[in-house]
Amino acid sequence: MSGEKIGWLGRLKAGLQRSSSALKERVLGALRRRRLDQETLDELEEALILADLGVETAQSLVASLKKERFGKEVSEEEVREFLAERMAAILEPLAQPIPHRERFRPQVVLVCGVNGTGKTTTIGKLAKQAKDAGLSVVLAACDTFRAAAVEQLAIWGERNGVPVIRGKEGADPAGLAYTALEKARAEGADLLLIDTAGRLHNKQALMAELQKIVRVLKKLDPEAPHDTILVLDATTGQNAHAQVEIFKSMVDVSGLIVTKLDGTAKGGVVVALARRFGLPVHAVGVGEGIDDLRPFEARAFARALLGLDNGG
Amino acid sequence: MFENLTGRLGRVLDRLKGRGVLSEEDVDAALREIRIALLEADVALPVVKSFVAGVREKAVGQEVLRSITPGQMVVKIVHDRLVELLGGAGTGELELAKSPPTVILMAGLQGSGKTTTAAKLARRLRVREKKKVLLASLDVQRPAAQHQLEVLARQAEVASLPIVPGQPPLEIARRALGTARREGYDVLILDTAGRLSIDEALMDELVRVRDLVRPHETLLVADALTGQDAVNTARIFHERVGVTGIVLTRMDGDARGGAALSMRQVTGRPIRFVGVGEKLDALEPFHPERVAARILDMGDVVSLVEKAAETLDKEQAEKLAKRMAKGEFDLEDLKSQLQQLRKMGGMGGILGKLPGIRKVKKQLEDANIDDRLLIRQVAIIDSMTPQERRNPEIINGSRRRRIAKGSGTEVSEVNRLLKQHRQMRDLMRQMRKAGGLQRLLGGRLPPGLPPGLLPRA
Repeated sequence: MSGEKIGWLGRLKAGLQRSSSALKERVLGALRRRRLDQETLDELEEALILADLGVETAQSLVASLKKERFGKEVSEEEVREFLAERMAAILEPLAQPIPHRERFRPQVVLVCGVNGTGKTTTIGKLAKQAKDAGLSVVLAACDTFRAAAVEQLAIWGERNGVPVIRGKEGADPAGLAYTALEKARAEGADLLLIDTAGRLHNKQALMAELQKIVRVLKKLDPEAPHDTILVLDATTGQNAHAQVEIFKSMVDVSGLIVTKLDGTAKGGVVVALARRFGLPVHAVGVGEGIDDLRPFEARAFARALLGLDNGG
Repeated sequence: MFENLTGRLGRVLDRLKGRGVLSEEDVDAALREIRIALLEADVALPVVKSFVAGVREKAVGQEVLRSITPGQMVVKIVHDRLVELLGGAGTGELELAKSPPTVILMAGLQGSGKTTTAAKLARRLRVREKKKVLLASLDVQRPAAQHQLEVLARQAEVASLPIVPGQPPLEIARRALGTARREGYDVLILDTAGRLSIDEALMDELVRVRDLVRPHETLLVADALTGQDAVNTARIFHERVGVTGIVLTRMDGDARGGAALSMRQVTGRPIRFVGVGEKLDALEPFHPERVAARILDMGDVVSLVEKAAETLDKEQAEKLAKRMAKGEFDLEDLKSQLQQLRKMGGMGGILGKLPGIRKVKKQLEDANIDDRLLIRQVAIIDSMTPQERRNPEIINGSRRRRIAKGSGTEVSEVNRLLKQHRQMRDLMRQMRKAGGLQRLLGGRLPPGLPPGLLPRA
């Protein structure tokens, strides 16, 4: 294992430490009796609910535990391993980085989500990673609504040394996206990252605006956008279901990025979303620094969530 | 995906119909459902637990009103308790200092909406209280955050502290306070960088800012979409900086907003305002009743139930509901509905209480509902023969003229009533197919149609 690899695992663990140690305590507390009885199962279910897994997913995970181990003598470790394995099994197939699609020049990545989830910051970090990987990147500042959103992205562009296509405040975001794709194409860029305004999924006019961006991009490249990423805030509760469902049906979301996993939020809703939608989780945000966007590692995530050691 | 609480409880408790008193078993069965409903609404688990225990105490042994089901009775108890807990301790307006400037400190996680809320608050104080407001951003973390506040201040037509690049937050705060005092501002609103409650360095910084400016109000700005973490965030912020009030943003989303109850409970502080849109005037005082109904996903069904119980002839209502369920709906039914409506305080009173009604508010305004219309419409139906009432298709031109004459109205009014009846009948049939009121109201209401008393799903 390279030094860098240990470095990021450490960071992820540190980021998850607080949430996981709280959860760990609860699981430990739940198992002091050693016999797996109903009361213990109830407490386990509650621990999972507290991690935002949602009632249904928590019940189903606990039911599978009950089915196999009920009445048996179990150690705390075993139960945690069992639940972590279950979660990892659900998440593992979905841990996929944003695919690099060489045949598209540029590969167009549309980034959307509700307000305040961290779209612009995520794009800044993605731009850094792509730049480091030797790709030529162009950013499109299509959040023409929020005050100073364009400046915010422009600063990220400066930090990364990548061009930012921008229009006037209040400009039509679809028109700007079109211009950006034209320019990125003319420059022979590898990757175009499109930032969009935050929008609540129940606002029809705003969702239609997002659909228009997609429609307009398709005029230049019928397959664009090649990736449509929904940025989800880890502090979000069960409303994440509605967000994914509606964004997916409106603009065909192809993957998720989960931000703010460095706080006390457990991010457990990701497990529930994985079960329901099966969308790839491309990355997780674990801080405000430019390097704080990490690949989503299912096993590490599941184990860290339950306070298990990630050694090996 | 989530069934609403009334539906859930209905399933569990309908078999208990007709009992006089809520037994322990009834209540426990109901509370299991309430627990799940609250968790699905993102109320934090510890809060759910103490809430459910409180409700249990109140509910066991309660007499069930004759006219409603035990399920509705429990919902009413839960609802009342929620309102009590969400409200209490006074809500509403900010406390302004006797000697200006009043200092308001905004705090919260990243992306909760502090900057937008700061500008909304400034605008509100300027417009409603005629205050001279100064906005200043201490956010040196997020790129262009200070510039964002400057732009928003312009939009809100209030002053903002000139930006000095590279100045640390504490210095900005000192300068802002000095400017506010020197230039005679009534209110100084300090926006701060979003921070995690566990980020010791940034929390320390916030504490130092607080100690320097001694704010009259420290508002925790939190996202209504927040899940279980709401308790942690609220608790830690409150412990570290001492919150005086909460602003809940993104209430214009479709989240059930259980975080409101969690944060209210953990801090013991009132929810002052809710953010309901991206525009700067989209800030409203907090209404515990509305949020309670929203958490329970049921509109103001409880008071509707109460009102209905007082005035509705139950037998007649059941007969009507049965006919509607079969998709039958003639003019006789329309008449009895119109009469019930008058008893229940008119159309506006009823419609305001139905769940999901916000979505059709605009159509309702367009519909221009006039309760005097009800009286005239009943008169029109009274001028019809029994045969005509049962079978409106036979009402031709000459019958229309006769009916108009008999009721002292115009033929156009008769036509309108007939059209209205036709639309309503179609609506009933559509509803029967669609499976419920909620879904129907999610769609549209035929224009110009007072929809009468729709049966509860």
